[in-house]
Amino acid sequence: MAKRVGTEVSLAVADTVKLVNADVISAYPITPQTHIVEHLAELVANGELDANFIPVESEHSAMSACLGSSAVGARTFTATAGQGLELMHEVLYVASSMRLPIIMTVANRALSAPLSVWGDHSDVMAVRDTGWIQIFVENGQEAVDNLLCAFRIGEDPRVLLPVMVHLDGFYLTHVIEPIFMPEQSEVENFVPPNQYPLPLDPNNPVSMGCFAPPVIYAETKWAQEVNLRASKDVILECWNEFGDQFQRHYSPVESYHSEDARVLLLTMGSFSETASLAIDNMRNAGKNVGLLKLRLWRPFPFDEIRQAARNADVLIVLDRAMSPGGPGGPVCSEIKAALYQEEKRPKVVSFIGGLGGRDITIEGFEEIINKGIEISEKGSNQEYEIFGVRE
Amino acid sequence: MTKPENELTWKDLEIGCIVTEPGNAGQYRTGDWRSQKPVHNFDRCIKCGLCQIFCPEGCIEQNTEGYFEANLFYCKGCGICARECWTKVITMVDEEE
Repeated sequence: MAKRVGTEVSLAVADTVKLVNADVISAYPITPQTHIVEHLAELVANGELDANFIPVESEHSAMSACLGSSAVGARTFTATAGQGLELMHEVLYVASSMRLPIIMTVANRALSAPLSVWGDHSDVMAVRDTGWIQIFVENGQEAVDNLLCAFRIGEDPRVLLPVMVHLDGFYLTHVIEPIFMPEQSEVENFVPPNQYPLPLDPNNPVSMGCFAPPVIYAETKWAQEVNLRASKDVILECWNEFGDQFQRHYSPVESYHSEDARVLLLTMGSFSETASLAIDNMRNAGKNVGLLKLRLWRPFPFDEIRQAARNADVLIVLDRAMSPGGPGGPVCSEIKAALYQEEKRPKVVSFIGGLGGRDITIEGFEEIINKGIEISEKGSNQEYEIFGVRE
Repeated sequence: MTKPENELTWKDLEIGCIVTEPGNAGQYRTGDWRSQKPVHNFDRCIKCGLCQIFCPEGCIEQNTEGYFEANLFYCKGCGICARECWTKVITMVDEEE
């Protein structure tokens, strides 16, 4: 039986990497991811985790080292944040295109300039199209659970894709939470050994990352896309079996009092917990509101979003990143796109908030919902609003 | 590969486009990049092999008579052999001529 321990979420993430017995970790420290890799370096140095820890001079090198280790079939982990994720950028595409199941925790952080080490989703949105499976988590327990799932999903022979688990910098990485840490035997039962089908092997040589002339490039990209979309079935299967074994249940879009709600708020990551308290308050006051939490970001859960939004009149989407000069928050514009062809669809209102670590309180979420309802009724001359910006 | 490249569908590809057949880059025709081709006048050739050493494509081979000749399946028509040949054996000629 799993023990519930009080631990910093970053340490719990590192301990989970130990539980899955990763073979190679290559990372460069960056706030707010630092505690994850520091603790992993410690575990390796103390002999508690039999892995190679490759210290590198940049995130670009970290991800490149991960490509090499994953290519020989080693279970590979890294973690980064903000600018570090951006420095990895070009190599991220290589990992997914070469179908290497590298698992990465991203401690979500705002991008410079001005310099900000605090949490938002600017880094996530900039790597949206890199072809990785991407999962948002809401608290420390979800970070641990979904990291376990990430190894199982990414390394599944039907998937073979890299996976990012996004947890909000500081809001999650630096808080101490009571977390059920699974037993070693439970983890071994849930995450089978990594068996990459075509690893680099001198006895059976292959070439990886070769070039593709125009006559074949589109086919390689389509193969990758078909595979990423099909990974959703494996993700659902994994979450179901996780629920059976650990009694904690996950889905691509989680609903909170949303079934009968006329007005829905959609959030990602750690905001969802505070937002759910706002929903409680408003429901107690007799308002017909509900919450949707987007957990699976890629592959995008089109069916689940359409299903969840079907009966609502208003859907307010709160993004934590900007799309400068664009239509509003990146998540909101995708949700609008997903709903546009539906015969019955809610009015969609775009808010952006929580940039660069700006808190949103319970009252703040209530204000967003009330303002969203007002915009849906009266209209607005703006594509979106930044919540709480001083004008 | 069982099919020519232009008939491969996405289903025929290995995961991540991994190449499992060693040496299959040899099937890649780089000769169609060419706008000029080398034409040889072997009367002047002293079989020194300098053209072969300088060829960046590595596509110059010795024929049965010992003369050095570009394999036009691979030759990209860069003209380095013509420039380096000190007995002026090689002339670069436009493809359409």
